[in-house]
Amino acid sequence: MNKATTSSNRHYILQSGDFQRLLDSIIGNGYRCLGPTVQDQAIVLDDVSSVKDLPVGWSDNQQAAAYRLQKNGSPAFFGYVLGPGSWKKFLYPARERLLTTTRSRSGWKAEASAEPVQKMAFLGIRPCELQALAVLDKVLLEGTYADPVYRARRSQILVIAVNCAEVGGTCFCDSMSTGPKAVSGFDLALTEIITDGKHHFVVESATAKGDEIVKLAHGVSASDQEISKADAVSTAAAKKLSKKLNTIGVKDLLARNLTHPRWKETAGRCLTCSNCTLVCPTCFCITVEDYTDLKGNSAERVRRWDSCFTMDHSYIHGGSIRNTPDSRYRQWLTHKFSSWWEQYGISGCVGCGRCITWCPAAIDVTEEIQAIRDSEKT
Amino acid sequence: MAQHKKPKVAVWKFASCDGCQLSLLDCEDELLAVAGEIQIANFLEASRAVVNGPYDVSLVEGSITTPHDIVRIQQVRKQSKYLITIGACATAGGIQALRNFKNVKDYITAVYAHPEYIETLALSTPIAANVEVDFELRGCPINKYQLIEVICALLNNRKPNIPKYSVCLECKQNGNVCVMVAQGVSCLGPVTQAGCGALCPAYNRGCFGCFGPKETPNTISLSNRFSDLGMKKDDIIRIYRTYNAFAEPFRKESEAYER
Repeated sequence: MNKATTSSNRHYILQSGDFQRLLDSIIGNGYRCLGPTVQDQAIVLDDVSSVKDLPVGWSDNQQAAAYRLQKNGSPAFFGYVLGPGSWKKFLYPARERLLTTTRSRSGWKAEASAEPVQKMAFLGIRPCELQALAVLDKVLLEGTYADPVYRARRSQILVIAVNCAEVGGTCFCDSMSTGPKAVSGFDLALTEIITDGKHHFVVESATAKGDEIVKLAHGVSASDQEISKADAVSTAAAKKLSKKLNTIGVKDLLARNLTHPRWKETAGRCLTCSNCTLVCPTCFCITVEDYTDLKGNSAERVRRWDSCFTMDHSYIHGGSIRNTPDSRYRQWLTHKFSSWWEQYGISGCVGCGRCITWCPAAIDVTEEIQAIRDSEKT
Repeated sequence: MAQHKKPKVAVWKFASCDGCQLSLLDCEDELLAVAGEIQIANFLEASRAVVNGPYDVSLVEGSITTPHDIVRIQQVRKQSKYLITIGACATAGGIQALRNFKNVKDYITAVYAHPEYIETLALSTPIAANVEVDFELRGCPINKYQLIEVICALLNNRKPNIPKYSVCLECKQNGNVCVMVAQGVSCLGPVTQAGCGALCPAYNRGCFGCFGPKETPNTISLSNRFSDLGMKKDDIIRIYRTYNAFAEPFRKESEAYER
């Protein structure tokens, strides 16, 4: 489901030959430019300074528990769908020192960790991942306690989305109303168009910063005809989506099926390895650990990614609350699709499909929810 | 800083390759700091100077394989306030526990010219199967940073940060791409305890399971995946039968495929 493009946004045409200028203008504006690269047989988000760093001519084939990168000879810069790692890693790092304390004659002195934060540009962020940022914003920025680590990074990013022309076998953005076309949450949104030997981008700009960057890269105003060609790319992509999730009443569906036998059945396959939560662009669970030096004269407080699939995550005095794999799998799925609504008024799932692709046991959330739904019919 | 009496530490070896106790010497940059905070009272790999017990901490490497070992580990236990086992031999019986799946007498007659001189037990067992153990540090070999963390925690009366979750968590924290999903490589990571820093997957290799079974390991489901990836029955038996072959979840899984 794509909402109409916001009318006040400006549209430009950027020739593929000018793409290096775009990268240069991003970097020239003081941003660390992050985007897709090919590493370890996957699309890995990393520093990008040249068009040569981009996965030109690579596509990815994705199914439950299987991801294969393939060279397809296309000139496309963004012909892949999604890599394993989400942008979360830049805004909400896997490990972060929060506090250092040192002992002196007058007592303990605590210092909050304040490492300088660099401005980052997210080049190639997909529409579903824009929604993931919106979800993380709700979780981490709203309410009484905003997360300072996330906030410091989030407030400085330049968002350059790329609309999807291809879809993966595990994508279901359409069902979650998050893609395949970006509608908000970006400075620039690019649609890559390759026809009749021509290769260019239709660039939608939503901010003054976006205008500045695209103009520096020699972007020129796009005609209505060119804009509708870009829209057609997104429409065609939406039609290719084969995976669907019926989200009608899913919040209540899961909430009333907490003792469903399906949880135990799925636990038979679930490895409780926590891969799904770690590739999820909205999972935010962390743990906090204290470390001391040998002499006990200094200590550090470190937080790192954790997962609701570990026993320690639900450990309270006397033991872990969720000590069975089915209780942990249920916790994850019901939180993502049901109790997240109660907590944040939004779905925790954005339909990127990473949890399906990267589950080593090929567990598919859409199948799990459908199975519970189907069981109510009989 | 409050002065504490340096704890007396002893290092003991049973059936093992010495690799884990060498991790202590391998601490290099941290070695002098460690040596400054503890009294190394008995560590034959490092020094012939031995201070008699009792000891505050005993680090025990190796598995129990002979009747003499049983007597000796009981003596170690009696002399030690804390007994910490280090490495796959001490915590799971080690690679030598492969003999547990066969009749050891067959090996003795095949290997030794004079089998009558050999006095050995039918099983190679972890230390915890013989005496009470206060903490088990996994690995083949152990990770020296984990060893320092355990010593540090002990000196400062806090719980060591030694997770029991899967290698997958370390892989993802380090930004490794999953070798099983992206390359179809069989990997024991989803059932293996973290602690190595996800070393093998970082080099595009599947996890060998050096750190033994994680908490709540689902080996049945993982073996099914291995079959999907084309692994044969014998290979599945073999993947579980390395350094932690006798750790119960791995043992049961390999035995299930032997039937």
